[in-house]
Order: sequence, then C-alpha cells, then structure tokens
Amino acid sequence: MSLLLKHGRLLDPATGRDESLDLVITDGRIDRIGRALPAANMQVVDLTGKVIAPGFLDMHVHLREPGYEHKETIATGCAAAAAGGFTGVCCMPNTNPPLDDESVIRFIQARARVAMDGLVDVFPVGAVTMGRKGEHLAPLAELATAGAVGFSDDGDPVFDAEIMRRALEYSKMFKKPIIQHAQDPSLSKGGVANEGIVATSLGLPVIPRLAEEIMVARDIQLTEYTGGFYHVAHISTAETLETVRRAKAKGLGITCEVTPHHFVLTDEAIKGYDTNFKMNPPLRTRDDVEAMKSGLRDGTIDVIATDHAPHSFDEKEVEFQAAPFGIIGLETAVGLAFSELLGKNVLSLYQIVEKLSTNPRRVLHLPEIKIQEGETANLTIFDPVAEWVVDPATFRSQSRNTPFGGYRLKGKPVGVLNNGQAYWISPS
Amino acid sequence: MPLQSRHLLGLDGMTRDDLQLILDTAVSFREVLDRPIKKVPPLQGKTVANMFFENSTRTRLSFELAERRLSADVLGFAATGSSVSKGETLKDTARNIEAMKVDMVVMRHSASGAPHYLSRVIEANVINAGDGSHEHPTQALLDMYTIREKLGRLQGLHVCIVGDIAHSRVARSNIFGLITMGARVTVCGPATMIPRDIEKLGVSVCHHIDEVLPSVDVLNVLRIQLERDAGRLFPSIREYHNYYGITRKRLEKAGRTITVLHPGPINRDVEISADVADGEHSVILQQVLNGVAIRMAVLYLLSTQN
Repeated sequence: MSLLLKHGRLLDPATGRDESLDLVITDGRIDRIGRALPAANMQVVDLTGKVIAPGFLDMHVHLREPGYEHKETIATGCAAAAAGGFTGVCCMPNTNPPLDDESVIRFIQARARVAMDGLVDVFPVGAVTMGRKGEHLAPLAELATAGAVGFSDDGDPVFDAEIMRRALEYSKMFKKPIIQHAQDPSLSKGGVANEGIVATSLGLPVIPRLAEEIMVARDIQLTEYTGGFYHVAHISTAETLETVRRAKAKGLGITCEVTPHHFVLTDEAIKGYDTNFKMNPPLRTRDDVEAMKSGLRDGTIDVIATDHAPHSFDEKEVEFQAAPFGIIGLETAVGLAFSELLGKNVLSLYQIVEKLSTNPRRVLHLPEIKIQEGETANLTIFDPVAEWVVDPATFRSQSRNTPFGGYRLKGKPVGVLNNGQAYWISPS
Repeated sequence: MPLQSRHLLGLDGMTRDDLQLILDTAVSFREVLDRPIKKVPPLQGKTVANMFFENSTRTRLSFELAERRLSADVLGFAATGSSVSKGETLKDTARNIEAMKVDMVVMRHSASGAPHYLSRVIEANVINAGDGSHEHPTQALLDMYTIREKLGRLQGLHVCIVGDIAHSRVARSNIFGLITMGARVTVCGPATMIPRDIEKLGVSVCHHIDEVLPSVDVLNVLRIQLERDAGRLFPSIREYHNYYGITRKRLEKAGRTITVLHPGPINRDVEISADVADGEHSVILQQVLNGVAIRMAVLYLLSTQN
C-alpha cells in the first residue's frame, strides 16, 4: 500500500525546494509530489508542522560489532540511529578484528541488511593501517571496492607523517577521504582532560589543545602537498578551526566535523569526575564552544557527527582516569542541534539539514539525495519545535552512557524512511 | 557546629569556618597526645577501614594511630596481595568491605577523583588520604596546623610551595586551604612543573627561588620523584638541587626567619639539604606529630555527622 505524507514542509537542499507539499511513496519510491493529493487506498500520515528532509547521515559512529557486542551491536546501533532520526551511519573501524580487511566490511554489510530490515544504511569506514597500528597501509583499494566510504584509524591518530602522506596519495585515486582523529600522541599520552584551570585544579593528566592543533596543521600541509582528501574528525579547539578555515580559503580538499557535545559542553562539566563527561578529544572551554558555533555558521565546519561511542554501564562505573573515552550520541544529536543551533539562532533550519544530511554525503562523495518524483525515498522527518526531555531508559542503543539525561530539548525526530522501510519515532 | 559535608574529599570549596573548626578541634586532640594515657573513647564501637591502593607509610600509620587513639576498630587494607590485583573494581572492593559494616573509609588512590567517586557508591563517610595529583586534605590541614602553632596565625602569611606543583596533591590542598585562610601563596619550581593556569587559583608563580625567599614566612618543600621525573621534567638531580634545593646558605641569604615544612619522605640533599631538615628552621617532625591530631579531629568530626 502506498503511503501519503500530508501537509509536511518539504525542505530539500538538492533541489532548493522549501514548501508545504504532499508526498506519495510507493514501494520505497517517491511516486508523486503535489498539493492536496487524494488519499484513496493509502495509509495517510498527517505531518502538519513537521519538516521532511533528505535522510540524515551520522558519519562518525562506533557500532562496536564485531568484537565488542556487550557495548553495542549493528542491530542495536541501527535501531538507535533510526530512533535518533538517521537513515545512515558510518561505522568506525576500531572493532575486533578491525576493519582492515574486506571480509570484515562484508560481515558488517550482511549484518546491516537485516538490522531494522535494512532501513539504516551502514557505510563502513576502513582502517588506514593494518591493525590501526599506524605502521603498514591497509589494503585501501580492496576496502574501497568492498564498500568502505573513507579511511580512519579513529581512536588513534595516523601519527607517522610518511604513512599519512602515502595514505592521502593512495586514497585520492578513488576519491575517499582520510578521516583523522587528530592528536599528537607524544603530547596527549596518558591525558584525560583539557589542559587548563579545570584539569589543574582537579589534578587530572591533560590532553593539551596543542596536540590536536599541531596534528591538523601538519596534515593540512600533507594534504596540500599530495592533493588528497582530508577530513578532521570531532574538531574541538578554536585554533584548529582557524587552521582549517585558512586551508579551506586556499581551496584544499579539507573538511571537518563537530560533535554536539563539543558545541554544547565545556570542561567545567568534569568537575564532579562524572565519567559520562570523559571523551576524546576532551571537552574544551567556553571560547572553544563559541568558536565551534561560529565555525558552523560560516561553513568552516561542514558536518555535525556524533562520535557515538557506546560503553557498558560497568565500564564507565569506575574512577575517571580508568574509564574509557566516549559517550553515545545518536539519540540526542538532532535534539541538541535544534535546541542549541536553531533555538539560539546559530544556524537556520536549512543549514542544519545541510550539516546533518547534504554535507556528510558530499564529504564522502556519496550520491546526493533528491526529494523528487522517481527517486528513492530516503527521508528524515522532524518536528523543529517539539519539546521533550531526554530519558536514557527509552534509548534503543544498548548503552546508556550519555551526559544529557534529563536535558530539556526543543526539536525532535519524528520518523525515518529509507530502503522501502519506515520507522515512526513518535506516534502521529 | 558540624562540618558541612559528611566526607572529607578535599579542601577545594571548603569554608573558612569548617577549616577553622578542624584546626581548633585538633588542638584538644593534640593535647591528648601529651598525656600518659593517649586514648579517648569518641569512636568506640565504630569501624574504620583504611584502603590504601598506593604505597604509603606515614599517612597510613598516622591514620591508624589516630583511629586507635579514638578507640575505633581498625581494618587495614593494602592493594598488593588483595583482590585488586585480581582485577576487582574499586566499587566492588569498597562495597565488599562496607558489607562488613564499616562506618568510615580512609582511602589513598592513584586516580584523581577516586574518593569522590567512592562517596557516590558507598554509604560510609569517606576520607581522602591522597588521590592522584589532586588533593591530600589531611596533609594540608596538618601543615596549616603546624604553621599556626609556630607562627600564631595563617592570615597574612606568605607561604611558598617549592617543587613539582603539577603532580602534587599536597600543593593543591595547601593552595586551596591557605588561600581560604587568608594566606598569600607563591608556587615555585621549574616551568615544566608548574601546571597551566595555576595562577587562576589565586597564587603567584615564581621560577627563581632566591627571588621569592626574602619575602617568605613559610617554605613548604615538596618531595621530588627521582625515578619518575629526572630527564623529563628537569634535566638532572644535580641541576634541581643547585637551582631549587633548600640549603642553609640559601635561607641565610634571605635575611629573615623562614619556617620550613616538608610532607616527607625527604630526599636528603636533593630538594632539601640535611642541615636544613635537621636544623632550627625545620618543623618536619612537629608536622608528623600534628598529623595524628589533625586526623583524630577529622575522624571525630565526621563520625558525629551520621
């Protein structure tokens, strides 16, 4: 049976469309777009006050499978993605075994096809180096052929400048970005918190901002030299942003992403040693948070991505220094983005859709989603003004390690449609 | 008047009234230590567990003695040879000990914030006996007690803490406590040992000890971690001693009477020369004695909170 979406505000950066229209979807395709379409023999969903946008893609997600299924699985991670308003995720390669072999890529694809009946596209990110050890290049061409959309040793940086140079040169041949967790390990080793007054008074070992800034500056020179594609994962400092801004002005193939927690929280939050505020890169200062917002506004930051990093309750239920880095983000990202960015006039609705949908696909050179007749329906539907309170107990993710429990947010995903499947988050 | 918290996690944020209360309470316990029978009954029937996840001799003995002087039952625990080496978490270890009906836990741990975490997962009163590079509140309290005993006040004194400020829990607790009590604090050490933004805590920073000595009333000399730091935070022991070591010659050149503290254990002729450690400037052994009184005061005040 066809699905009729009535009275939604259709917002599509690809076609430039922004108007209230009805949509008929049949067998996963957009059949008709028009005004006051007849509802005979159709399932009708009234989307008055809701926005229909191209499907959101979170390009930085840890699905944990294979190897760490006690934290998350491809099934629970995809469910969390759908519940958070995402029709696609990129999964990072720090699994066990890591994504340094095409067989692991195929395993993930097979699992993703049955998770949520294939609703959520899972785009694997291959490892840059074997075992993510930073020494020998992984088989990048084979990984790309199997379906890797980019390469990263995320969790660890590609530290060796020669390896980074070769990776940029090699991946450029098939237009895949190197996604760098930029952090000079000789400066950040053993650190758990931003260097500054908070870490100084808490007596915590530090990850200086410099560790990120130096690595990004080096990588940008390597990108300029090689002409490769370079994407800075979870950018966190004002100076890194400025470096990226200058590189972009030169027209280099440089892009970057920011996580919601880096544009919402500061290192003040770690004062109670709550491990749900421990992430890498660490939370920085108010100035950095403001810089992230200006970077989003002026386009220096292309993408909002979550760095969704599930950990089990017991893994986080330890001393701050002993806890693993990371928080989950899939089910709070959309709410945080709308609350902090739309609600505080940092970005327009249109710009937020670009950062969550259009731009991540552009960074990864994936085909653009178009909302027009004959196209596959890959859609995220959201309510930009609905108010809700974050309750981790309701999460679809297997893990609950979020610092945002109890947050009152404005803006909420309503449903997602993709690959012939639909998932409605709030009943309508 | 009770303390505002039922735990002693650190001196950061503690009010002047609370600090004053502990210091004043310690005076009467200090007097007990001079009696022929050095035991009083306030903690009779209470059980205190000393959980030391890091090596310590004087702090552990000092707490244990304070507990026994107050007539508490005392449980000892050292990380080596315990279930911790079998991979048990801090939470499980603490909860198991608490299940034996323990009223108070004294903990030394290598991770900053470990006692804060512990206070959220167990019911007993938690006393921080040193957490990572964060705080060592009873040490700072006994330092302040000793300074007050010797000089009659804390308000308006100039205290200089010398050494590896970045990795020192003694330094942090002293900074928080002394500033609240109205003292002026300078931290002195090589730039590699001064943590970023420390001046935002209200202290002055100095890298040349001889420049600050002429205005200093009290020097608190920190222990240098020889094994860990030589070659990374400073080039050599010899160089450290020459530029930051507290010697009699250096003190005499300052032209005023300076009281010298050291939290121990001392490295003779590294951060402090033997003739200073054993001489008339030093109050190191008074610190050790006062430490028992301070810990008695803290245990007593917290035990009345439940």
